[in-house]
Amino acid sequence: MLPWLPENISTYGGDIDWLFRLIFWITTIVFVGVQGTFLYFLFKYRARPGHKAIYSHGNNTLEIAWTIAPSVVCVVLALLSRATWDEIKAEIPPVDVTVRVYAKQFNWDFIYPGPDGAFDTDDDLTIENELNVPVHKVVKLEMLSRDVIHSFFVPVLRFKQDTMPGRQIDGWFEATKTGEWEIPCAELCGFGHSGMLGYLKVHSDQDYAAWVAKRWSK
Amino acid sequence: MSEAAAAHAHDEHHHEGGFVSTYLFSLDHKMIGKQFLLLSLFMMIIGGLLALMVRWQLAYPEQPVPGLAWVPEPYLYDGIIPPETYNMLFTMHATIMIFFVVIPILVGAFGNFLIPLMIGTKDMAFPILNMLSFWIAAFAGGLLISSFFVEGGAAAGGWTAYAPLSAAEVYTGVGLGQDLWIISLVVLGISSMMGSINYITTIINMRAPGMTMFRLPLVVWSLFITAILLLLALPELTAAMAMLLFDRRFGTAFFLPEHGGEPILWQHLFWFFGHPEVYILILPGMGIASEILSVFSRKPIFGYRAMAMAMIAIAFLGWVVWGHHMFQSGMNPTMGMAFMTTTMVIAVPSAIKTFNWLGTLWGGNIHFTTPMLHALAFVSMFVIGGLSGIYMAATPVDIFIHDTYFIVGHIHYVVFGGSIFAIFGGIAYWFPKMYGRMMNETLGKIHFFGTLLFFNITFFPMHIIGIGGHMRRIYNPEQYEFLEPLLHWNEIMTIGSIGLGIFQIVFAVNFFWSMFAGEKATQNPWHANTLEWEAPTPPPHGNFLVTPTVYRGPYEYSVPGEKEDWLPQARPGSGVAAAH
Ligand code: HEM
Ligand SMILES: [Cu+2]
Ligand SMILES: [Cu+2]
Repeated sequence: MLPWLPENISTYGGDIDWLFRLIFWITTIVFVGVQGTFLYFLFKYRARPGHKAIYSHGNNTLEIAWTIAPSVVCVVLALLSRATWDEIKAEIPPVDVTVRVYAKQFNWDFIYPGPDGAFDTDDDLTIENELNVPVHKVVKLEMLSRDVIHSFFVPVLRFKQDTMPGRQIDGWFEATKTGEWEIPCAELCGFGHSGMLGYLKVHSDQDYAAWVAKRWSK
Repeated sequence: MSEAAAAHAHDEHHHEGGFVSTYLFSLDHKMIGKQFLLLSLFMMIIGGLLALMVRWQLAYPEQPVPGLAWVPEPYLYDGIIPPETYNMLFTMHATIMIFFVVIPILVGAFGNFLIPLMIGTKDMAFPILNMLSFWIAAFAGGLLISSFFVEGGAAAGGWTAYAPLSAAEVYTGVGLGQDLWIISLVVLGISSMMGSINYITTIINMRAPGMTMFRLPLVVWSLFITAILLLLALPELTAAMAMLLFDRRFGTAFFLPEHGGEPILWQHLFWFFGHPEVYILILPGMGIASEILSVFSRKPIFGYRAMAMAMIAIAFLGWVVWGHHMFQSGMNPTMGMAFMTTTMVIAVPSAIKTFNWLGTLWGGNIHFTTPMLHALAFVSMFVIGGLSGIYMAATPVDIFIHDTYFIVGHIHYVVFGGSIFAIFGGIAYWFPKMYGRMMNETLGKIHFFGTLLFFNITFFPMHIIGIGGHMRRIYNPEQYEFLEPLLHWNEIMTIGSIGLGIFQIVFAVNFFWSMFAGEKATQNPWHANTLEWEAPTPPPHGNFLVTPTVYRGPYEYSVPGEKEDWLPQARPGSGVAAAH
C-alpha cells in the first residue's frame, strides 16, 4: 500500500507520511498476528472424530492484558498525532505570500492581493483555477466559498480543507519543489463536483518574480 | 409488565386469523420479523443494482450501461449515466442500504424474531405498536423509492446530505426528491422509535423466570443496547431533518449562511446521530456472530462479561466521537484533538471483542457450517475495518485520506464485511426456526465462498486507490491526471462487484427454495442452548408450550461430566454449570 502514496512536496507532508507509515506497520503487524492466530485456531481446533472442546469461560488476566495493550498503542498514536496536527493546524508560521481562495460551483477563484499586499483594493487580481506560489515560501490561504461546501485538496501537499460558505478558514503550506499539480475538489458540491479542478503552480523565486512582474506590469 | 399482564395482552391477539391478520397485519412478533426480513431483502436488491451502476460508471465512464438503453432521459442518455444521475445513484444506494437494509434486518427482523424467543416470553410487550412499526417502515420505504419518479429525480446530495447543498434546490436541481428523502427518514424514525421502545420494555420486563440480565444471550444484549441507541439518536436526527426541510420549504435559515445560518451545524447534528448510528449497524452483528461462534465451537463464549461490558462501553463512548467525521470541516482544531482521543479510545472495546472471539475459538471443536463460515468471515473482515479506522482517527493522516476511497473501503469492511456477513450467517442459523426448514448447505457454502472472494476483490483495492488520493463521490476519475495510475483498479473492483452480485443470486435461490422445499428442521438442529430452541419448530403463535425456566447462562457447551456437549438454559440440573 505504501508505494501508492503520491509524492510529497510540502514541509509538513513528511511528518504525515511518517505517521502513516507507522500506523501502516502497526496495523500490519496486528493484522498478521490476529488473522494468523485466527487461521491457526481454525485448523488446530477443527472438529474431527474424538476431538472435544475444552470448557472455559475466559481468563481475567488475559482480559486485562488485551484491554491495556491496545489502549497504550492508541494513546501513543494520539500523542504522536497531536504534535503533527498542531504543527499543521494550530499556528501559521510567519507568512510570505497570502492568496484568497473562493470556491464556487464548479471552479476555484484565486484572488491575489497584488503589490500592496492588501485584499479588496484596486490591484487585486482574480485568476480562475490557477494558484501561483513561490517555492520554499510559507503560503497562507484564506479559504471561503460562494455557495456550498467544497474541499480544497492538493494530494502532493497533503493539504485538505473544506471551504465553508459564510466563514473564512485559514490554512498554510510550504512547497519544496517546483512544478504543476492538480487541485481537485474533495467534497461533493453538485453535479459538476467531478472535474472541478484547479492547478497549483510552484515557481522558483526567479520565475515567481517574473510572473508577478508580468501580471502587475500594466 | 408483569407475567399476568403479559399473558393478558397475549390472550387478546391469540386467535387463528385469516390471510390478512396472519400475513399482513399480524401481531405476532415472528411474522413481523419475517416481514421486515423480506422487505429489506427486496430493498437490498434495489440498493445493490444502484451500486452496480455506480461501479459501472467508475470503471467505464460515460459508456452505456449494458441493458439499460431503455431507461428514459433525463435519467440515462441511451444508457449513459449523466453526473446528476450518478449523484442520485450513490446517494440512494447508501440511504437504502443503511436505513432500509442493514438496520431493518438487524433490528427489525432479528430483533423482532429473536427477542421474545430468546428471553422466553410469548410476544413483544406492545404487539400493535410492533405491527405499526413495520407498516410505517414499509411506507417510508415506498416514499423513498417514489422519489426516483418525481420531477428532478431523487436526492443527490450524498447520504450525509451536507447543507447548504441539500438545503436549497438551486444547488442540486433536486426539488421534491430531496424533500421526500427527508420525509421518508422522518417517517422511518417514527417506526424505529416504536420498535426500540418495544424492545427495551420487553427485555426489561418480560424475561422468563431465572433469566437474569447476565444470563441473556449476547445477541439480546446487543439488541438491547442498539434499541437504547436508536431511542436516543433518532429523535435528534428527526429534529435535524425537520430543520432541513424548513430551510428548503418554509423560509428558515438554520443552515443557510446568506441568511445568517450555519452549515457546520448540520454536520454536528448529523454526526451526533451518525456515529451512534454506525454502532447501531454493527452491534447486533457482533451479537449474532457471538451466538454462532459459541455454538459451532461447542464452547462457552470467552469472557461473557467482558463482551457485554465492551458493548456497554461502546454505547457510552459512541456519543462523544462524532467530530471524527469533521476533522477537515473547519471545526476548531483543538476539538479535532479531543475527538481524536475519544476515537482512539472507542477502538479499544472493538479490540476487546475481537480478542474474545479468538478466545472462543481457542480450544474449541469447530464445525464449519454455513452460519459458522459467515460468523468467521465477520470476525476476519471486521478486523480489517477496525484497523483502517485507526488511520482515519489519526487526525494528520485523515487530512489526506478524508473524503477519499479509503473511507469507502472502511465503511464497506465494517458494514458489508461485518454486518452483512453477520446477517447472512444469522439467516442461515435461525432459518430453521423461522421457516421450519433447513437452508441447503451446499448452496450456502457456494454463496459464502463466492461472496467472500468477490467482496474482497471489490472492496480491498479501495484502500489502495484511497491512499493514491482517489476522491469519493466523483463521477469520472478519468478527468484527473494524477488518478491515471489507479484507473485499472476501478475496473478490477467493478468486475469484482459483478461477481459479488451474481453470487447473491445463489443466496436468493437457496432462501426461497429452502423456504418451501428445504429439509424439514428438527426442534434444535444445531444443538444450541438458548431458549428459542426450546420452542417447537416453527414456533406457534405464543411461542412456548410452557414458559421455560432458566437455570444457567446461554453458553454451557462441552461441560465436563455431561453426556452431551450442550446443556440448554432451560434444562433443570445442578453442578458447576448451574452457577453460571
Ligand atoms: C474500530 C473502530 C473505528 C474507528 C477508529 C473508526 C473511525 C472512523 C473515522 C475517523 C471516520 C471518519 C473518516 C473520515 O471521513 O475522514 C469513520 C468513518 C466511518 N465509519 Fe468508522 N471507525 C470505526 C469503526 C466503525 C464501525 C464499527 C462502523 C460501522 C459499522 C463504522 C462505520 C463508518 C462509516 C459508515 C463511516 C463513513 C461515513 C461517511 O463519511 O459516509 N466505523 N470511521
Ligand atoms: Cu466538489
Ligand atoms: Cu464515526
